[in-house]
Amino acid sequence: MEGLITASGLGPALDLLALSPPGWGGNLLRGLVNSMQIALGAFGLGLLIGLLGAYGKLYGGPVIRDLLAVYTTIVRAVPELILILILYFAVTDALNQFLVAQGYGRIQISGVVAGIAVLGVVQGAYATEVLRGAILAVPAGQIEAARAFGMPPLMLARRITLPAMLAFALPGLANLWLIATKDTALLAVVGFGELTLETRQAAGSTKAYFTFFVAAGLLYLLISLISGRVFGWLERRARRGEPGAGGGGR
Amino acid sequence: MGQAAAETFPDLPPDQPEAIRIDDLRKSFGMIEVLRGVSLRACEGDVVAIIGGSGSGKSTLLRCINFLETPTSGRIVIGGEEIALRPDGTPASRRQIERARRSLGMVFQQFNLWSHRTILENLIEVPVHVLGVPRTEAVARAMSLLTRVGLAEKAGAYPAFLSGGQQQRAAIARALAIDPRAMLFDEPTSALDPELVGEVLNVIRDLAAEGRTMILVTHEMNFAREVASHVIYLHNGVIEEQGPPASLFGAPRSDRLKKFLKSVS
Repeated sequence: MEGLITASGLGPALDLLALSPPGWGGNLLRGLVNSMQIALGAFGLGLLIGLLGAYGKLYGGPVIRDLLAVYTTIVRAVPELILILILYFAVTDALNQFLVAQGYGRIQISGVVAGIAVLGVVQGAYATEVLRGAILAVPAGQIEAARAFGMPPLMLARRITLPAMLAFALPGLANLWLIATKDTALLAVVGFGELTLETRQAAGSTKAYFTFFVAAGLLYLLISLISGRVFGWLERRARRGEPGAGGGGR
Repeated sequence: MGQAAAETFPDLPPDQPEAIRIDDLRKSFGMIEVLRGVSLRACEGDVVAIIGGSGSGKSTLLRCINFLETPTSGRIVIGGEEIALRPDGTPASRRQIERARRSLGMVFQQFNLWSHRTILENLIEVPVHVLGVPRTEAVARAMSLLTRVGLAEKAGAYPAFLSGGQQQRAAIARALAIDPRAMLFDEPTSALDPELVGEVLNVIRDLAAEGRTMILVTHEMNFAREVASHVIYLHNGVIEEQGPPASLFGAPRSDRLKKFLKSVS
């Protein structure tokens, strides 16, 4: 094994990727953890916004529907990078001006909170549409049957509509999750230490660009592969009532 | 249409408590008036069959009883409790509607079983989560109902793996699982292959024989004649003729009913 690594010329690269200094592997993994933290938070926040947004668009009054249309249109039209810059700098600035005007001190928003908030708002717009479509795909008769048996609206959503729409929503949600994991890289522009920024710093310090960016790429790939498995399992579970269903995550 | 509203129900035994009563029900979809003043009464143990051509309003009438359709005007009394309506016909209280619905077991043309739940889960869903029946009790009752409709071995299967006839029998068992005051059947055999109709009708026949109160919208004239205690012929949103099955099918008075019966036989 030792000889093989030396012969392949991978030795110096592996030294650079060692988990403890002078290797940079620990930095990369820390970046990965930060990225995952933000991706998970943003995806969760996006799901919550998406759920409320989908129900609002389907059953809300005209004002709510219009507001939601504005939200999904703008967020989906503007590049994520610009949204991140707007929300991170402009919103923080506005918040601080407001706080100062009210006689409070300025605050520094943490990168994780800002990242989750920004990407969550972006994810929420897409999730609204994914979930709206999935809810519409649930056979109307099944919802009607629940109403006919006197199920109150919230229980109906929790017991019937949401579990039944999951099968239709999961392919779209899997996409959103993968996008969330990769959109975390955009937070590098605001100086947040996620995987891409850590990689750039490691590469810049050592001039081993190829090694570090390939390593980061492999880490992103690993996340995708694991996610595919998890979503495949979830989708098979959600579709367990359908004969001959399959294909999720493959 | 005034004639329909004023019609009495001489053939119904007056000593039974009233299960469902509808007075002068009207329902419009936009400009089209689908029900134009229909009155109906079902006492405990009655089997009321509603027949009529397509577009006669018979399904709408049935769906107004549990407010799947909101009537435009009229009175609906379920188990002696009048459903409070606003002047525009919409229910005044969601809770009252929900309470009324929990006493009415509805069976749909398209079965409408919940596809993400097994047959047993379909049967215990409403008892456990809506009515608060303890799970073990609900499961025991569900299993005995499934045995009764011949589906005990399908308890763990998902609806999509059952034939149409089996699904409809399961849907009837689901409606029975709430121990309803009355059963509402909306063309329960119309979506079935002809060879599967019999097994569903047998189950409904059993229910009629044990004295279940039922309101049944159907195209099966022979079946209506056999099980119904009272038959209503609906045409263009009004009751054209009604009475015991023997007289309605044996000696129809109105020309429209004569023509209708000829066309479906």
